[in-house]
Amino acid sequence: MLKVKENVIRAIISHAEKELPYEACGYLAAEAGLVGHHYEMTNTDKAADHFSMDPQEQFAAVKDIRNRGLTLCGVYHSHPETPARPSIEDIRLAYDPDLSYVIISLAGKEPIVKSFLIKGGEVSPEALEILKEEGI
Amino acid sequence: MQITINGEDQQLDDARLTIAQLLQVKDVESPDMVSVQLNGEIVDRSRYDATEISDNDHVEFLYFMGGGTFA
Repeated sequence: MLKVKENVIRAIISHAEKELPYEACGYLAAEAGLVGHHYEMTNTDKAADHFSMDPQEQFAAVKDIRNRGLTLCGVYHSHPETPARPSIEDIRLAYDPDLSYVIISLAGKEPIVKSFLIKGGEVSPEALEILKEEGI
Repeated sequence: MQITINGEDQQLDDARLTIAQLLQVKDVESPDMVSVQLNGEIVDRSRYDATEISDNDHVEFLYFMGGGTFA
């Protein structure tokens, strides 16, 4: 299960909307098992149907996560016009089996956020618990 | 050889290693999709076989991150 603070969910949805028509992407970091931080990354593809992170930004984010005593636990990206499920391309490029893969779909009236585990090309839905500030 | 990998000090038995060999020693899966930073500088993937690591070097590696909605 991926536990995420509500403000992080709001922030990654906002990031996805801000990047339209392109896909947005970023990292998620947790403290004591709770995701409370997101790192907005540049989609170097600048495309509506694809994303690639900038390695320089990746290294900077990972070092910051480490220096703050956090744990890199997930990567998120948006699907501007398609459902919140991993595409064949998403699965093919999911090289890190230790991360949660969070997808934000903006295809419907309301944004939908879902999380998946992808290991060896096998996808399994991951429960996503969104915690409001007062419940933390 | 003593080096720092992803922020952790590590002692390696090998006195000399290339980046490609280090990724192999550390059992990194899909090494072709790994980005490597050596002492703060990103190393071009085509140079992994030729770039040697020295004592006290700082090495960072992480996976390429990408995806898409096509296909």
